[in-house]
Amino acid sequence: MFQVRIHGRGGQGVVSAAEMLSVAAFDEGRFAQAFPSFGSERMGAPVMAFCRIDTREIRLREPVMRPDALIVQDATLLHQVDIFSGLAPDGYILINSTRSFEELGLGELRARYPHDHLCCVPATEIAMEHVGRPLPNAALLGGFAAITGQLQFESVAGAIRAKFPGKVGEGNARAARAAFEAVLKSIAQEAHA
Amino acid sequence: MAVQDIKFYQTGTFTVGNRLLGEHERSVQSDMRRTNSLNSGHRACQGCGEALGARYAIDAAMHATNDRVMAVNATGCLEVFSTPYPETSWQIPWIHSLFGNAAAVASGVAAAMRAKGRKDVRVIAQGGDGGTTDIGFGCLSGMFERNDDVLYICYDNEAYMNTGVQRSSATPPAARTATTMAVGDEPGNTFGTGKNVPVIAMAHYIPFVATASVANLRDLEDKVTRAMAIEGSRYIHIHVPCPLGWGSAPADTIKVARMAVESGLFPLFEAEQGEITARYKLRRRVPVEEYLKLQRRYAHLFGKNPDTETIARIQAIADKNIRMFGLE
Amino acid sequence: MLKQIEGSQAIAEAVALCRPQVICAYPITPQTHIVEGLGEMVKSGELEGCEFINVESEFAALSVAIGSSAAGVRSYTATASQGILYMAEAVYNASGLGLPIVMTIGNRAIGAPINIWNDHSDSMALRDAGWIQLYAETNQEAADLHIQAFRLAEELSVPVMVCVDGFILTHAYERVDIPTQADVDAYLPPFEPVQVLDVAQPVSMGAMVGPEAFFEVRYLQHHKQERALERIPALAKEFKERFGRDSGGLVRSYRCEDAETIVVALGSVNGTLKEAVDEMRERGEKVGSVAIVSFRPFPLDAVRDVLKGAKRVVVLEKCLAVGVGGIVSDDVRKALSGIALAGHTVIAGLGGRAITRTSLVEMLERATKDELKLLEFLDLRWDVIDRELAREKSARRAGPTAENILRDVGPVAARIG
Repeated sequence: MFQVRIHGRGGQGVVSAAEMLSVAAFDEGRFAQAFPSFGSERMGAPVMAFCRIDTREIRLREPVMRPDALIVQDATLLHQVDIFSGLAPDGYILINSTRSFEELGLGELRARYPHDHLCCVPATEIAMEHVGRPLPNAALLGGFAAITGQLQFESVAGAIRAKFPGKVGEGNARAARAAFEAVLKSIAQEAHA
Repeated sequence: MAVQDIKFYQTGTFTVGNRLLGEHERSVQSDMRRTNSLNSGHRACQGCGEALGARYAIDAAMHATNDRVMAVNATGCLEVFSTPYPETSWQIPWIHSLFGNAAAVASGVAAAMRAKGRKDVRVIAQGGDGGTTDIGFGCLSGMFERNDDVLYICYDNEAYMNTGVQRSSATPPAARTATTMAVGDEPGNTFGTGKNVPVIAMAHYIPFVATASVANLRDLEDKVTRAMAIEGSRYIHIHVPCPLGWGSAPADTIKVARMAVESGLFPLFEAEQGEITARYKLRRRVPVEEYLKLQRRYAHLFGKNPDTETIARIQAIADKNIRMFGLE
Repeated sequence: MLKQIEGSQAIAEAVALCRPQVICAYPITPQTHIVEGLGEMVKSGELEGCEFINVESEFAALSVAIGSSAAGVRSYTATASQGILYMAEAVYNASGLGLPIVMTIGNRAIGAPINIWNDHSDSMALRDAGWIQLYAETNQEAADLHIQAFRLAEELSVPVMVCVDGFILTHAYERVDIPTQADVDAYLPPFEPVQVLDVAQPVSMGAMVGPEAFFEVRYLQHHKQERALERIPALAKEFKERFGRDSGGLVRSYRCEDAETIVVALGSVNGTLKEAVDEMRERGEKVGSVAIVSFRPFPLDAVRDVLKGAKRVVVLEKCLAVGVGGIVSDDVRKALSGIALAGHTVIAGLGGRAITRTSLVEMLERATKDELKLLEFLDLRWDVIDRELAREKSARRAGPTAENILRDVGPVAARIG
């Protein structure tokens, strides 16, 4: 089972992100479960969503306490919320930011994980470019596919297009592609560093 | 308002009536083919205004719809006296809902008819003042707001009669009930409380609102008949004296109702989409005492030291009604 | 057709396949997505011949369904928590009149304190109102149970509540097989009412019934639920034959054949429980679990059969009978009448507190060592309790309990579990 925890703020599409991940996994013939941390959904409040992916039926019904991958949609949460709680020793971290891990004050953390499992990607900027709105969730899913290899990019793109109709879906899929490639490039650099 | 031209065939008398009218102008009750929707054998009190009003209203509705009416009844006097288990006096499809939801259950029945494509079958919800102005108020407003195709009839005897004459929001000031004693600072029900549900119904801008009284049964039939020709939410509020609860003589029910109308205390009017379209102008106005003294629930205002101040306050209400509704 | 969809959406699609003709909706978390989904289907024409009515309260919602069901059309509504209490009078009315309404309960805690998260206090509050109560373990079962519910309701002329854990199931995206219209039509024939408001054959319904007849009327409701004990498994079997999967029935056991310790639970927690059972089995412990699907009627015989060989039975409940302890435990105990074994009640998950596999395994470890008390509270924070009790002792005006504890517990958004 592969467990993902997504952190963000209300209104950033955190819940949709988890749903799209689950649809992508489903389209690949796997079992997936996605659900939000259920709170009052006011704009700006910290929210979490979870996604489990497995090759067999998922029976567990609890929040993801031991994620294999973390997606952080809003870097302002980094020092406010206990984001990294329970992360697997070889877990993946994908952060939406133009800054690096060190610049975000996470240098120490970075040292504890395989470097090609960690990546910062400017998903909001990518979304602005391709969609015209600062909603980073779809872009981050492209980054997720790249950094974890858990999903084919095409599955992620398909899930994005199914969720968002017409031009919006195309824009988001392009943003995901851009983030996918940016992350691939970044971790390739890490591997050679 | 129901007004008909008639010809006097008998000189020297003031006798008028159905037999002098063309058949199509006669009342539904005078028709041998009337459905007797609320059939005899029910257990209402002698002189019950509600039984009288309900019989006229439902028969008129049946006549207007080719006998295709379903009724939903709130808990109350009408429901209790009309269905003493194992008997029922209803000749039409009828369901007792609960106390506070006649309007909602009726909305459901109307929805079912729409779903079945039965536009010919119409729905009436009925309840007393308790089930309409108090506990049924929320569901009533919901039905109005949705403009559900239901005629809601409120039989207003101005208290919770079935349970022993307790005060409702329809109880008039100074009236004695089991929970508003005829002693103390303001003997009887308090002034400055209560609500005017017909006017509230008007505020929902529904297609048809009317007040009626068992003092004018032809008018009552006419209002129900015209209501059945309209689609959407309709509300008719009928004043029905209760000899037991009001302490009036059973033989005086129609007279008491007439005094309420002619004093101005119970204005008769009609409204469409929130605007008054017709009113009954008082033919022979009477001072409120003529009405009050017929009922023991006001007895504490009379006697050796009449409470002239309270009577004057009641008169002021009547005067205001006459002014507000243009009854003179 | 297999779909990856939200639980509420799966339920909406299953209900739509049942061809309801009146749907009345009053919004309350967590059922809103169900009725919104149905509303969309009516608007788009996907669900034809259906009147969708926005009502002004839950009391009105069930009242409208009562009216439409009495007038002979298939009727549906959904609620939760405070809503089912607001319609409580109508809940009894519907079962007393024998109207085959199907209602989804998106299980949610009842306030005060106000809480939107999952537990079973709402459906438990109305467990004796005469409705059949079925509890879904997964979203697949949630969808399937609605189809079985309409069939069961109309066969017996009894209303049915399908209970689905709020948020945990209603808001979870997972794989659900949505049946075809043809299959549902073959399983669920058109509604033929036992009693109906009909101008062609007028009847009066809802009469006052005195001491001379009330007892018999009420007994017949009980009798109908006893008949349901046979019909529920039969309909589940028929469902399996047509749709190809196990859904519904009275109880469902997991690894109980040689189990010495068996945990009994309702609803979605059974998924996590199975994981905990597997872990205990790997440690060599003979543990099993039982999901009770039909809580009303309570399947005394079926529960007895599956539990009678165990040494200890733990009833894991998402509800609390304040002042005494377990609710489900009582009915389980009835089923075990005359059988000597160790019975324990574990209250868990109230107000949406997560029930984790780790905690369940810990609890099971203690159970197998016979260290459980008669009444346990899983993951209750005793330190918080102690601090509040100390506060209450220190001053008369200690302040409102809920607010004190919230202040003590601190900001929640920063935490994960």
